[in-house]
Amino acid sequence: MNLYAIRAIYVFEMKRFFRTLMESLLSPVISTSLYFVVFGSAIGSRIDQVEGVTYGAFIVPGLIMLSVMTQAISNASFGIYFPKFIGTVYELLSAPVNFFEIVLGYVGAAATKSLMIGVVILLTAGFFVDMDIQHPWAMLAFLVLTCLSFSLFGFIIGIWAENFQQLQIIPLLVITPLVFLGGSFYSISMLPPLWQTLTLFNPVVYLISGFRWSFFGQADVPVGLSLLAIAGFTGICLALVWLIFRTGYRIKE
Amino acid sequence: MTSTPIVDVRDLRKVYDDGFEALKGVNLSIRSGEILALLGPNGAGKTTLISTLCGITSPTGGHALVGGHDIITGYRGARAMIGLVPQEVALEPFEKVINTVRFSRGLFGQSRNEALVEQVLRQLSLWDKRHNKLKELSGGMKRRVLIAKALVHEPKVLFLDEPTAGVDVELRRDMWQVVEGLRAQGVTIILTTHYIEEAEAIADRIAVINKGEILLVEDKAALMQRMAHKTLRIDLADPIHAVPDSLHDYGLELAPDGRSVTYHYDTQGGNGTGITRLIQSLAAEGLHLRDIHTQQSSLEEIFVGLVKEGAE
Repeated sequence: MNLYAIRAIYVFEMKRFFRTLMESLLSPVISTSLYFVVFGSAIGSRIDQVEGVTYGAFIVPGLIMLSVMTQAISNASFGIYFPKFIGTVYELLSAPVNFFEIVLGYVGAAATKSLMIGVVILLTAGFFVDMDIQHPWAMLAFLVLTCLSFSLFGFIIGIWAENFQQLQIIPLLVITPLVFLGGSFYSISMLPPLWQTLTLFNPVVYLISGFRWSFFGQADVPVGLSLLAIAGFTGICLALVWLIFRTGYRIKE
Repeated sequence: MTSTPIVDVRDLRKVYDDGFEALKGVNLSIRSGEILALLGPNGAGKTTLISTLCGITSPTGGHALVGGHDIITGYRGARAMIGLVPQEVALEPFEKVINTVRFSRGLFGQSRNEALVEQVLRQLSLWDKRHNKLKELSGGMKRRVLIAKALVHEPKVLFLDEPTAGVDVELRRDMWQVVEGLRAQGVTIILTTHYIEEAEAIADRIAVINKGEILLVEDKAALMQRMAHKTLRIDLADPIHAVPDSLHDYGLELAPDGRSVTYHYDTQGGNGTGITRLIQSLAAEGLHLRDIHTQQSSLEEIFVGLVKEGAE
């Protein structure tokens, strides 16, 4: 195990984050605050409660998930895409490191960043609404797992992407709709029956539901199913990453 | 010099997805501590060979050992020994010079060593620029950074892929000083270059590659000797229309303007060069000489000759 290499990649990636710390943290904080103003205050004043929780508090887990997922993907995908784009990937390929070490460095850093952003958003939410977290450890576990699996997913996108447009397209076309339709801003039970069934095919539903359970003790789907979903997603991403390095897909000639 | 080569390439092949055969069974043994110049025209396979040995491209066939480690099955051991200075300048623009050099050391599995980082940066005149962002550096400075990154993990084998292409005189001089220093430490150096004078000045052995095949590997001195062939150009005071018949045996070539003749001779030949007799014969014909020039056949000519032969 080349621990020095993992540390070198991790430190390099974290430095990139801290170089633009204000921008990195400011934009999620501002957009979250806007969501609170629009959804929490304006709309929320007309919806008093969802399943016994004030609407303002109800959307907190979904908002955190929305930011964490998009940040994890964009950080991890950019982290590996940029070296390919400017050519510095030659150094990674010629170094005595294996795929696991490279992934650990890049994905570890992207997951750390998105975790930090998630925590900052949680703290920001604390200014707008009162809430107590019923299962803090489960909350942390869901958060960490989501950071990790979506960073892995972002890493795959970064390897696959051949230009900046492709880098943006998956988060924009796939993740954002899945998160918006995944129960970030409403409970599944509020939907018409047909949509309730269709929604169950959206994997993000399971993540948000499980995460919300850790806050309020109630969920749209059983918590075990949520855990299974996120474990399955992580497993698929890991297998894909392994395959990419085995075949050298889009990184080696 | 040890008997086992530090780099041993056996029948190495590389076929790209589009069917282009970049390496057609390359065999090459590189001795520990030598400087080997790899010469070849554009597209000959120089960069593909280096990239394959370094792990940037995967070979389609054959084997290669670096320090006894197979580049595929023992890639960790092989790559840890190798430093690579790529042809293209590729650096993270927003990172600082010193950080990118530290990064390379870590990536190659070495613990931090600030004294060594400083030494490498000073050696390449980068110490004053260590806190500059890479995008702020000139092209020559960026090349120095690439060399620093390749040296900072103390490689035993250094690949320099066209290191002086488009580089100023000062950097080229510094670079050859660094190379001399590394040679003194016993580092094996493989360089590709278009500047044949450089290969001539610095290499111990020369390998010529064309169309994915090694055409020749020879000690530079032997190669030069084998082709110890010189030319003498004589400028005439008055132009002539044809070489006089009495001078036929010298095999002179008359320039189209009739103002000079060229004579070929061999410094290693047993019968002398024939220059004295030629000049006497010219005088006997009443030809007045204006100037004379001699020229040694350069590696360039040898190289061009070999590549041409290979093409025929």
